[in-house]
Amino acid sequence: MNIFMRFYHRLASPRHFYQIAGQWIPWLGAISLILLAWGLYEGLLVAPTDYQQGESYRIIFIHVPAAWMSMFIYLIMAIAGAINLVWRMKMAEVVLVSSAPIGAVFAFLALVTGSLWGKPMWGTWWVWDARLTSELFLLFLYLGIIALHGAIEDKRTAGRAVSILALVGVINLPIIHFSVEWWNTLHQGSTVSVMGGSKMDSRMLRPLLIMSFAFKFYYGMILFMRARNEVLDRERNTSWVRQIAEGKAS
Amino acid sequence: MSEFLHMGGYAFYVWTSYGLAFVLMLVLFVSPMIEKKRLIAGIARKLRRERREK
Repeated sequence: MNIFMRFYHRLASPRHFYQIAGQWIPWLGAISLILLAWGLYEGLLVAPTDYQQGESYRIIFIHVPAAWMSMFIYLIMAIAGAINLVWRMKMAEVVLVSSAPIGAVFAFLALVTGSLWGKPMWGTWWVWDARLTSELFLLFLYLGIIALHGAIEDKRTAGRAVSILALVGVINLPIIHFSVEWWNTLHQGSTVSVMGGSKMDSRMLRPLLIMSFAFKFYYGMILFMRARNEVLDRERNTSWVRQIAEGKAS
Repeated sequence: MSEFLHMGGYAFYVWTSYGLAFVLMLVLFVSPMIEKKRLIAGIARKLRRERREK
């Protein structure tokens, strides 16, 4: 067995996942904190004032990374759902279930900061345009997954049900992404593009990317914290969890 | 400094956004820590009960 397969099998085992995740959490947290401090410094102090939107545009450094995270986390959940349905992998289920509340928080944050940006720039808190509506739908998908998981007593059945819902809902991701092209939206088109180059001053683009990496590491840390709890709960009758509960191991 | 806080007249919108992000991310961090304590305490309680019944 090569080193990658061994790593995969270790992560697939709840007990080893619990240990490895526990070692990673402080590092993920430290990297995230450094990136956050750097991103905030660049975003609030270095980046110049926008010639059209004044200082209000600085909401972008929260709004866009949060919106990206809401889609990124959903993608992770859909992939975990597919892995769970095909290979019945317990840890994929744990990743899916633990990610849902984090994704919901980022979707909510994207919507509210968008609203706080829309009011001074568009003159309205909310419009039912395709971008805003599809992002709101994403928040409802997250809440639906959380509610569905909570409603089914048996964990494995619940896991399979949310896997299917997560997979079906993934159709919403391209809709969110292309909504600003397919429909005439009040929301602006994308400013940042991987393929086509970005239409943005580099002093604005840099903090945006730093913040989005900071959020990614933050998600990693919170995901591991939540997944460890989920593992403890599911494995509560095993001897290694009992040892932890008795304080013999951390 | 006060000019910085003023955000060109958009202080309310900008700082509410940053403040909300801070609060929500803090909640994301604290809630699994509380949950872990609750879980471990629950499992330990069950173990003690089992031992008494033996």
